[in-house]
Amino acid sequence: MTASIAWIGRLAAAALAVAPVPASAAIYTVTLAQMRFGATPKSIRVGDTIEWINDDIFLHSATATDASFDVELKPKARLWTTFHKAGTYPFACRYHPGMKGTLVVTPRGR
Amino acid sequence: MFKTLAIAAAFSVAASAALAQAPNDAQIAHIAYTAGVVDVAAGKQALEKSKDKAVRDFAQEMVRDHTAVNDQALALVKKLGVTPQDNPTSQGLAKGGADKLKELGALSGAAFDKAYVANEVAYHKTVNGALSGTLIPNAKNAELKSLLQTGLKLFKEHQAHAEHLAMTVK
Repeated sequence: MTASIAWIGRLAAAALAVAPVPASAAIYTVTLAQMRFGATPKSIRVGDTIEWINDDIFLHSATATDASFDVELKPKARLWTTFHKAGTYPFACRYHPGMKGTLVVTPRGR
Repeated sequence: MFKTLAIAAAFSVAASAALAQAPNDAQIAHIAYTAGVVDVAAGKQALEKSKDKAVRDFAQEMVRDHTAVNDQALALVKKLGVTPQDNPTSQGLAKGGADKLKELGALSGAAFDKAYVANEVAYHKTVNGALSGTLIPNAKNAELKSLLQTGLKLFKEHQAHAEHLAMTVK
């Protein structure tokens, strides 16, 4: 899945290279596997989407500490969260509190 | 011999009849499956007896996760054409689990909640030790080893959750 992130990143970079307009919203994949959240992008921008993929055999969730999002992920599920507001979002699995991560959403620049 | 003793000591139950040598894959599969069954039964008992939301949520998690691992284990042994082989460690685990069900069955309310959570901490700790010290190192089949490693990560997370719960349960 790191490959997916890299691939999406390359696409975004290519878009920036050819057009000096704001990059369109991007989709980043975060894969849950082996009882942990996979790597999250260093930061994303308002309007971007996180695609959650549960590659585990267990029921998980991606639940924001501030309750701004709460995605229940059945085994092998794939669901999306789009971020409309800048901020820092710590999140965890509701069922396995040891599974944690943080997403940083920055304002979309001009 | 040390490994045999380690299993018996880790599970604190199979003292009288230990495996004569390091467990084979068929025995390892049986032990891991039995460890899951014991915890599922404990979770089901907690769901019948406890009224505490945090305890019930935890018990639900145990039932759901260990059932998922065991379903995966059954699918794997079927695929590999392996018949899980009963052994003294599995028998000790099953007996220990049955004894604990009986013991906890006599409790109710907060006394039950405390005893259930305390046992979950101890149980996950000992199974973690057996998984990392004996079962995973002795597993020959790569897929079985991988499933056991997933199980270890799960058990560790459950142990941490149980330890946290033990501090907060009233």
